[in-house]
Amino acid sequence: MSDQASSQAPEAPAAEQRFQTLRAVLANRLAVVGLLVLAALVVAALFGPQLAPYGINAIEVEDRFQSPSLDHLFGTDELGRDVFSRVLVAARVSLQVGAIAVGISLVAGVTLGLVAGFYGGRIDDVVMRVMDMLFAFPAILLAIAILAVLGPGLTNAMIAIGIVYTPIFARICRASVLSVREEVFVRAARSIGASDFRLLRLHILPNVLAPIIVQTSLSLAFAILSEAALSFLGLGVQPPQPSWGRMLFDGRGFIEQAWWMGVFPGLAIFVTVLAFNIVGDAMRDALDPKQRSVIESRGQS
Amino acid sequence: MSAEVSSPAESVLSVRDLTVRFATRRGVATVVDDVSWEVAAGETLAIVGESGSGKSVSALAVMGLLPTPPARVQGQVWLEGSDLLQASPQERRRTRGRRLGMVFQDPMTSLNPFLTIGKQVSEGVEHHLGLHGSELRDRAVELLGLVGIPAPADRLDEHPHQFSGGMRQRVMIAIALACEPQVLIADEATTALDVTTQAQIIELLGRLQEDMGMAVVWITHDLGVVAGIADRVSVMYAGQVVEEAPVDALYADPRHPYTQGLLGALPVIGGHGRELATISGLPPDPLQMPPGCRFWPRCTRRLDARCEHEPPTMWEVGPGHRVRTFYDTAREGSR
Repeated sequence: MSDQASSQAPEAPAAEQRFQTLRAVLANRLAVVGLLVLAALVVAALFGPQLAPYGINAIEVEDRFQSPSLDHLFGTDELGRDVFSRVLVAARVSLQVGAIAVGISLVAGVTLGLVAGFYGGRIDDVVMRVMDMLFAFPAILLAIAILAVLGPGLTNAMIAIGIVYTPIFARICRASVLSVREEVFVRAARSIGASDFRLLRLHILPNVLAPIIVQTSLSLAFAILSEAALSFLGLGVQPPQPSWGRMLFDGRGFIEQAWWMGVFPGLAIFVTVLAFNIVGDAMRDALDPKQRSVIESRGQS
Repeated sequence: MSAEVSSPAESVLSVRDLTVRFATRRGVATVVDDVSWEVAAGETLAIVGESGSGKSVSALAVMGLLPTPPARVQGQVWLEGSDLLQASPQERRRTRGRRLGMVFQDPMTSLNPFLTIGKQVSEGVEHHLGLHGSELRDRAVELLGLVGIPAPADRLDEHPHQFSGGMRQRVMIAIALACEPQVLIADEATTALDVTTQAQIIELLGRLQEDMGMAVVWITHDLGVVAGIADRVSVMYAGQVVEEAPVDALYADPRHPYTQGLLGALPVIGGHGRELATISGLPPDPLQMPPGCRFWPRCTRRLDARCEHEPPTMWEVGPGHRVRTFYDTAREGSR
């Protein structure tokens, strides 16, 4: 059973394999829920300001510290601002930071991993030891250190998070390149005169994408969490622009009289990170032929 | 000297004193040792030998596909008047696919599973000849038709998994021949195929060779294949050429005990109940080659201490027929 699956999986063509992967992801009910949550987040990120019932900085001092009600779904904060509107609008910042930061790590990490794995030798040693050094720091500490150099702010937070998550992509990419570069088709492509760049772009990169796609989804969760942490510490998004991490920080002082100020932004972070992780796990299961056979046999037993 | 029997002028590809060493943890292994051969346009040279005899490594060295380090390549590889081993990496890359083509052993792994057949067939043409768009597509269709793939235009956008092993090997041949190279190196190109497909591929390559007038270097361990297609044969053992001869002379009158053993080990049709002859023992460890004749430990005809301690050199026993022995093992006697 598992032999069959693993011998057939590499045979699967690019296009069909993508459909198979999609089907395998959709067979996982939890993943469907995760995807729906992510879809809702994207809508919130795109249309947050239009959807929000109140302005994010509409101060109504007489309405402050309102508990959740139909008027104010998530209650109001110490200045009478609607927490629901602010959580909704802050989705954009979180997704934006996540996407751009992961984009930075993806491009940098995959490039470094490709070069290190393909050329090996001294290049590999130098690149991977630098990556190991970055990897050895606790992620948030490294991000704080980078922000201390660059100065706080949204753009710098994205750069910092991007640097912090580069090594994981470099490692995953290099490991896959090490096995793919020994494939006969790479040698065959070389035998018809393909340049190194062409080999990397056309023959190696497509064949190492699967684990990288999975890592992208998981890293998005980490990046959003890191952004929240940095904003909580005052190093990320600057007020009055709303962000989940900053709102968590603001709610901290009023936790006894207005629990909703901290709980709802916290929940937003929790649900978002959970959704990315679930989808990432489902994709890993779907893209890994061994896991896939387990999923399929589970359906039969 | 017999090396000038066919002068370098008429050979397209001429390999001289090719030596390939690998630095390993246990020491330096000489995998290909002083190998020379040449092949003329329209000619087929077969290089035979068992696994590990260095035949594939020498082919990869000629193509410039060995990673250096760990490999160290010495000698000369003359392709029409220029020594490839002296050429820059860029020049070498320009010869690969354009002037030298190669077909590999396992068609199941030699195509990129992510790219369409059409993309892979046209890669070399696009790269070397600069064709684009519909011209490129037409050439790909033409090439697939040339190697006998039915309805080539319809199969251009399919992926490798939709092709059988034999069909994939045809695609590999189309890729290797896309720019009409002067020399095609087929490294065990039919070994992974069943016998019927094997015959088709051999027939196909023979026909294409005639049409294009290219030289073919056919690397194999299958002496049955060699008899059918080769003009000349080089027998390799433990990294050295031990015998080279025109194909008829080799089969009629093999002089090296190793070649005799190989031919003796072929099954005979109708030879029921007879045990297959084998060559006892194993090839030597490339890190610890015997000091004398490398075949000495397995040789059935070893004659004296000279064989054991002194490496023999090639000498000529007939027209174009050379052998690496001290003694003429066919006629029993010293040279």
